[in-house]
Amino acid sequence: MSTKIDRRLLLGQLFAAPADYLFVSGLAGSARDLAALTNDAPTLFALGGVMGAASMIGLGMALAVPDREVAVVTGDGELQMNVGSLISIASAGPPNLTIVCVDNERHGETGNQPGHTARRTDLGIVARGAGFSSVMTVLRDEEVQSAAKFIKEAPGPRLIVVKVADTEPSAFKRLMDPAACRYRFRTAYSANQARRVS
Amino acid sequence: MKTDTEAPSAITGRHWSSDLFAVLQDYGVRFYAYVPDAGNATLVQLAQQHPDMRTVMLTTEEEGVAFCAGVDLVGQRAALLMQSSGVGNCGNFFTLIRGARFPMFMMVTMRGDYGETNPWQYAMGQAAIPMMESMGILPFVVTGSDDLERAAHAALAATFKGGHGAALVLSQQFLGAKSM
Repeated sequence: MSTKIDRRLLLGQLFAAPADYLFVSGLAGSARDLAALTNDAPTLFALGGVMGAASMIGLGMALAVPDREVAVVTGDGELQMNVGSLISIASAGPPNLTIVCVDNERHGETGNQPGHTARRTDLGIVARGAGFSSVMTVLRDEEVQSAAKFIKEAPGPRLIVVKVADTEPSAFKRLMDPAACRYRFRTAYSANQARRVS
Repeated sequence: MKTDTEAPSAITGRHWSSDLFAVLQDYGVRFYAYVPDAGNATLVQLAQQHPDMRTVMLTTEEEGVAFCAGVDLVGQRAALLMQSSGVGNCGNFFTLIRGARFPMFMMVTMRGDYGETNPWQYAMGQAAIPMMESMGILPFVVTGSDDLERAAHAALAATFKGGHGAALVLSQQFLGAKSM
């Protein structure tokens, strides 16, 4: 019997070793889920505004540091707000970029209003049309393990759409000062690089 | 469509984009995000021909603001190249500059400011600088060939030493107005 996917458990199953990644999240639910997974790690840049910016921030990182894996975790609403980014990303073709779309078919932060993916839109097909060759849609709990394998093995850039149950995201309070988030990320990244080099 | 006049460098006679490209290299800019425009075509081409540079074509200019922020987070430098109409597409994403204090260098090629013959271009052309200023971005306007290198240095210093958003604004006086 299949069960609906719980978003609060999802990211831990997809990313068994979170320290291996530079993370970007969308705002609201995906930011809280990713902050819960990483304990609000300094190498997570979690948005609290600029809806639609997450994927392209990920592209900037991925092209600038080809030796690191970059993962963007975002919601269906955030991804749709700048869906043209998928075209620019596919065209640039970073092999080290993964986008996970936590698709609850809703605008959770603003009152849980149903979004386009609750109607006719399939973001996996949109990504294929944009030029992504590695696309996976995950509907059931028992498919999550193969999604984790897909992240590790499919040629990048890769995009995974995960249909999740309509629940609250993780309860986690994260750093919300945008300038502090930037400064913290840059400082942690350069310290981390210095350690890797020495 | 072509520009009516190409503005050669006052000093060397070569295309101004080569002078600007040299200044951008001095500042360690490696990434060029752009929406194709007649005004940035030569600069993009120079970057594409250089083995250490990377160009990224965008579908809309706001993507470029986010892209440049991503490059900054890992300690590197990018430039965003766009037409003045594209400034209007960036609105909320300028939050990354004013709110999150990302340094950001933009080159804005103007439409609708001097000798423009397309009436659709005036509204956003005239609003581009006020809109940038309202989000804390400093404009450095180039009206003649003599201004280019000075203004480029000033804008890049404001960005990567001053920690600001800065726009090198190339007016139609400098570029030559585009004919319909």
